[in-house]
Amino acid sequence: MIYEVFRQERKGQAFQHAGSIEAPDERFAQWYAREQYGRRGESEALWVVARESIMRIEEFVDELNRNYHRVDGYPLKEKLKEARERAAARTQAST
Amino acid sequence: MVSPVFRRVSERAQLLLGIADDELILGWRDSEWTGIAPFLEEDVAFSSIAQNEIGHARALYELAARDLDTTADDLAFDREPDEYRCARLVELRLPSWEHTIARHVLYEQADAARLERLKASGDAEVAGLAAKIDREEVYHRLHAEMWFERLKDEPRFTAALDELRPLAEAVLDPSLRDGHTPELAELWDEMTSVRRSQPTGTTW
Repeated sequence: MIYEVFRQERKGQAFQHAGSIEAPDERFAQWYAREQYGRRGESEALWVVARESIMRIEEFVDELNRNYHRVDGYPLKEKLKEARERAAARTQAST
Repeated sequence: MVSPVFRRVSERAQLLLGIADDELILGWRDSEWTGIAPFLEEDVAFSSIAQNEIGHARALYELAARDLDTTADDLAFDREPDEYRCARLVELRLPSWEHTIARHVLYEQADAARLERLKASGDAEVAGLAAKIDREEVYHRLHAEMWFERLKDEPRFTAALDELRPLAEAVLDPSLRDGHTPELAELWDEMTSVRRSQPTGTTW
């Protein structure tokens, strides 16, 4: 069985995926995780999870193209560029 | 290279050498699995356990060396094979997974009892070192136990346990140590060949 290992670098930090382990059961998975990801005191803590327990979500439906739900629905880059150009032009004009 | 000092071995040094020799020789045997274990995780597991064992041996030799006015390296490598005080159980080359796990289980059980006694010793240095070693041995015991649970119904494993169990008593009771297997001399030869390729006292 495959287990995924997440490690916490320092107290309070988010757990990050560190790698995976193959083990026959939870007991072995914990021992191997400790060995592979904790032997040198490099982790504050570990999460060890059976891969089959992880629910993966990849498909996101947006049939009506509701870009106002999304951060990229309001493209600021272009507007910011134009505003800067106008401001530069005003400064030029007043000198 | 036999020094007369070994003939007047103090009681504490005698005790420590027995354990140090067990850990050194078992560390060698466990390290033999590096690269040839049935799967990668156990390549790493046994390498790691072996490394810990040799570390324990080193610390024990250091303590004995002070009593004997010598060095840890001299004790580890410059004695003759018949001067080592290890138990036969650790000397055996066991290129069989069920035998290796059986030995691992038996040794860790005996060593746990041995360490408990040492931790209760009136000698603060011995008790302190035993406590330190024991904290690492917790993980060796966990490893042995998880493999025992996994293999306990396998006939080959139970047969290996039965075969090796008589040798386990001597781990806990040094008075039962009455000599060595021919394998120790072979192992010693390989273990010390590089060291002996230079004169005694060479700085490496």
